[in-house]
Amino acid sequence: MQGMSPIVKNITRVVAGFIVLFGAYIVLYGHVTPGGGFTGGVILAGGLALVVLAFGEEFARKVLTHEVAKTADSMGALLFLLVAVLGFAGGVFFTNFLPTGTVGSLVSAGTIPIANLGIGIKVGAGLFGVFLALAAFRRTTAGGKKEVDVLQSDI
Amino acid sequence: MDPILWILLALLGFMLIGSLIAIETRDLLSSVICVGAVGFGTSLVFLLLGAPDLAITQVVVEILVLVVLVRVVITRRDETHATSRSTLPVGAVLLSLGVMAAVVFGTLATGGAEDDLRLHPFGQPRMTQQVEAAVLAPAGRPDLAPAGTEPASIGGAFLKHGLTADESSRGSGAANYVMGVLLDYRAYDTLGEATVIFVAVIGAYAVLRKVGRSRHAGHESDR
Amino acid sequence: MTLAMLPFMLAFLLLVAGLYAIVAKRNLIKVIVGLLILDYAANLLLVLMGYRTPPAGEAPVAPILTGGLAQADDLAASAVDPIPQALILTSIVIGLSVTALVVALAIRLYEKYGTFDTDLMRNLKG
Repeated sequence: MQGMSPIVKNITRVVAGFIVLFGAYIVLYGHVTPGGGFTGGVILAGGLALVVLAFGEEFARKVLTHEVAKTADSMGALLFLLVAVLGFAGGVFFTNFLPTGTVGSLVSAGTIPIANLGIGIKVGAGLFGVFLALAAFRRTTAGGKKEVDVLQSDI
Repeated sequence: MDPILWILLALLGFMLIGSLIAIETRDLLSSVICVGAVGFGTSLVFLLLGAPDLAITQVVVEILVLVVLVRVVITRRDETHATSRSTLPVGAVLLSLGVMAAVVFGTLATGGAEDDLRLHPFGQPRMTQQVEAAVLAPAGRPDLAPAGTEPASIGGAFLKHGLTADESSRGSGAANYVMGVLLDYRAYDTLGEATVIFVAVIGAYAVLRKVGRSRHAGHESDR
Repeated sequence: MTLAMLPFMLAFLLLVAGLYAIVAKRNLIKVIVGLLILDYAANLLLVLMGYRTPPAGEAPVAPILTGGLAQADDLAASAVDPIPQALILTSIVIGLSVTALVVALAIRLYEKYGTFDTDLMRNLKG
């Protein structure tokens, strides 16, 4: 999978930062405005997919590799499970044990922002990894050659 | 309610026509694009019905699905006009599916044995009805019954009591009620959903690995 | 009142269309299209069941508290049901993951048999 023309690369350099910032905003403010962990995670995956599509396979092999996606996926899942197990401090598995502050501010609602962060990282990295596995196959050589349509994806 | 109902019916009709085109057309690329149109129509319906989280999620998910499907369909060497005739007779399948849908919808709409199974009319869900709060008393202790009336479903009860702490709940404290439901009231469902996504992603990796694949030297007949 | 049941009937028709495409089509891509339509129709049906008509002349009220704690009682009397929305939010993302898995299977099958046609796959037995 090769990259695209220099116009696309330059515009991606400008725009991709804003997309990732927007995704992070929706994850962190999920308990105040519409959005949350799932929405922000999918937006993050979309922004990272844009970067990989514009810059080609060698970027996906050096910077945003498959190992990074798998590690981030597992870290997000572990953070979510940590929040769940720490709920034992409140008595039962998965209670909301931190204090709920004033409704509508950023620091409120107990463990909900931390769980949102875990879910956002997990969904974003997982869906980006799946996109990398599905879309990163080589274009085939057409017409007349003997090897036909063998898709190899470099996982 | 009237303008919203008419706009909703127009959008649903548009989605139905788009899905019929997506199923019946011979060109694979146009069928994938029609599915994209159905997805965007769904997102507009979510926005119309007062669900902004769902609308944002549906739009972004639809974009990612379209990118993956178009990528799969386009790199096939002249397979984009593949025949798609049915395996079973079309009339029999449509008749049986129509009968099943009519029976299911009729049962849901007119109510089975009890009133609880009935599909309520559009715009008046079950939580607009009120029940006596005395039904919430613990079994055998009618003196502990709370007073007043409560909404008849858990959605209404969560809207009334779920935000701040009172004698019945700790309160979630989240201004976004949907996130409060997802991560405080029904957090187990979110844990299950995280597990399902994890398993699906690992399944996709396992299918597409390089280990255990052999390079086919080519297929002689191209049909 | 039939006009109030019409949105549910149209959502059911969408469900039947998706089911028809899964059962009776030969091409794998058409089966994936049917799976997607079935998924959207099921989500749509559940969100339609949770809608509450706003008071006359206003827009539908989303279950989000924007005006501080004082507005909470007002919201509880006129907001849309939040529970179907929460469950469908997870269902949309699960639909994306399952679609990715099914597309991975389709890619693998194409690699092995060279075609998307299921009848030919049964005959070839690669």
